[in-house]
Amino acid sequence: MEQRKSEPRKSAADKKLVIGWFSFTCSEDSTILLTELLNDHLDEWKKVVEFRYLKALKTKNSLDGLDVAFIEGAISSETQANEVKKIRNNAKYVVAIGACACTGMPSASRNAFVGEQINEKIKWYMSHFDYSAKVKKLEEIIKVDDKVDGCPMNVPAFLEILNKYLKIFKIA
Amino acid sequence: MHSGEITIDNITKIEGTAGLKVTIENDRVKDLKFIIKDYRRFYTEAVKGKPYIAASSFLSRICGTCSVAHLFASLEAIEKSQGIVISEQTKLLRRLAYNGLMIRDHALHLYFFVLPDVLGVDSIIDIPDNHDDIGHILLHDSFDIKKIGTAITEVIIGAAIHAPLPTVGGFLKLPDPSQFPDLISRLENIRSQVIRGIKTFFDYKESLIRNSDYLCLRNGKSYDFIEGDIINSTGKRVAEDKFHDFLKSVVIPYSEAEGYVFSDEHEDYLVGSLARVNFNKDLLNSRTRKDIQEYLTVFPSNNVHHNNLAQAIEILQCVDDAIDILKTLKIIEEKPVRKPPQAGVGVGVVEAPRGILYHMAKVNAKGMIEDYDVIVPTAQNQISIEDDLKKYFNENLSKDENTLRLEAEKIIRAYDPCMSCATNFLKIEWIRK
Repeated sequence: MEQRKSEPRKSAADKKLVIGWFSFTCSEDSTILLTELLNDHLDEWKKVVEFRYLKALKTKNSLDGLDVAFIEGAISSETQANEVKKIRNNAKYVVAIGACACTGMPSASRNAFVGEQINEKIKWYMSHFDYSAKVKKLEEIIKVDDKVDGCPMNVPAFLEILNKYLKIFKIA
Repeated sequence: MHSGEITIDNITKIEGTAGLKVTIENDRVKDLKFIIKDYRRFYTEAVKGKPYIAASSFLSRICGTCSVAHLFASLEAIEKSQGIVISEQTKLLRRLAYNGLMIRDHALHLYFFVLPDVLGVDSIIDIPDNHDDIGHILLHDSFDIKKIGTAITEVIIGAAIHAPLPTVGGFLKLPDPSQFPDLISRLENIRSQVIRGIKTFFDYKESLIRNSDYLCLRNGKSYDFIEGDIINSTGKRVAEDKFHDFLKSVVIPYSEAEGYVFSDEHEDYLVGSLARVNFNKDLLNSRTRKDIQEYLTVFPSNNVHHNNLAQAIEILQCVDDAIDILKTLKIIEEKPVRKPPQAGVGVGVVEAPRGILYHMAKVNAKGMIEDYDVIVPTAQNQISIEDDLKKYFNENLSKDENTLRLEAEKIIRAYDPCMSCATNFLKIEWIRK
């Protein structure tokens, strides 16, 4: 009798939280802080988290099927706005990370420029690249489910949010 | 490959992103553009009109990973504009904190970004959880090294990122040595792990040799990231406040960051650890020199990949320098040096982890910022990056595309470019004709 091979089924215990980490206009201080958190948490997180998009650390990245997208930075252009909309469409939840994503500032400082502050050099950059008229916080572009404020992000708040989603997806 | 095009999006494992577009025609690189495409935040414009006392903290937000470098360069510029002379204690504490910055920042680049190339894996996430595996051992070394760098900055200046305690003229709150009784022993214990890293990057045999100029600070007394004149390989010596006069700004129309030319004798120049170790290895801490003699023999080097080894050596330098400072550190209560505001211009030049960082502050009589300028190392290095890549591609077009992409990324990564300072999007677009 022919034996049929079957794919090993993933049990609930094998399920990992599929996350993406994205940076837009900012100093990327929260990304640096994330790399700091890995000093103590990488071994533990590898068991329960799949880093499906983390450009700072991986070459092979994908937007597909994200449980949670963590998005750092303000939105400076239509190109960036389209990118975050695409991320939103691929993620069940979106968390704004850090002050620039949550409030726009300080990356949105140029929104307050008046008169001579918008000098020839700034005009040159604005006209040669695809800047939006205003820098926007994340929730002006897409729905945001949670926020971790701070410059850089508040670490206890980030850990609390991560644990919240691990529980929502019944992991750990 | 004779002619054609290829596109790679998102060069990874660098701080931020940028772009590269290569056009190949008849087995030669016809055109190559390293495209810095960050959306500028115009902080040097936004800081105008702010009181000088608030400027440095704001400007530290230019960058996440090297915020301490921006903070200290800005403080130096503003203090000089005001004729403020800081105490020897403030100088020493800033030097100690800077060692912490260098240890953490270099370890992040070397172990989180470059080590996967050394091991032949995609990411640190792919390193096996096997305690006997050298990758696992090195990765866990990096955790310990980064943590001690962070610990130094936290106890001396309040945080590793956007530190709150340094201010114009000194410190808002002085560190309390009773809060870090074990720092010296922790630093002593980390030395063997740091030396294991130096050996790893010494054994990493990537090579791209070219005849660039090199620029860095040198003060003749010690291996210093904060004080000194700018020197180059043809013997020029330029005071910090004259540095800008020697730079020729180059507008790169496809890039959001300007490039710079320093000397007519070389077509480009490079800043960073390679320049520093090339010129200042005689000034390294005596204990550092003694313990890594064999690895120092490769310097001076024209191999850009040796920037990785130079960074690994600088980690040990900073560990040993921090130990020396902590052994004799006695904190005396003192207030920040302050004077009534005066109109003036000041320049602060420091060695950020990836090279010379220039801040210029012009302050008016009311103590408000009237003009401000910043030149970051990655902007200075971008012409050299392009020239390195042109050389690499021209000499290796017979290789398959995947190899070319990977090697191009390694070359860019060797510079440890900081796109938060200078760029935000990198894709390689190769056009064959």
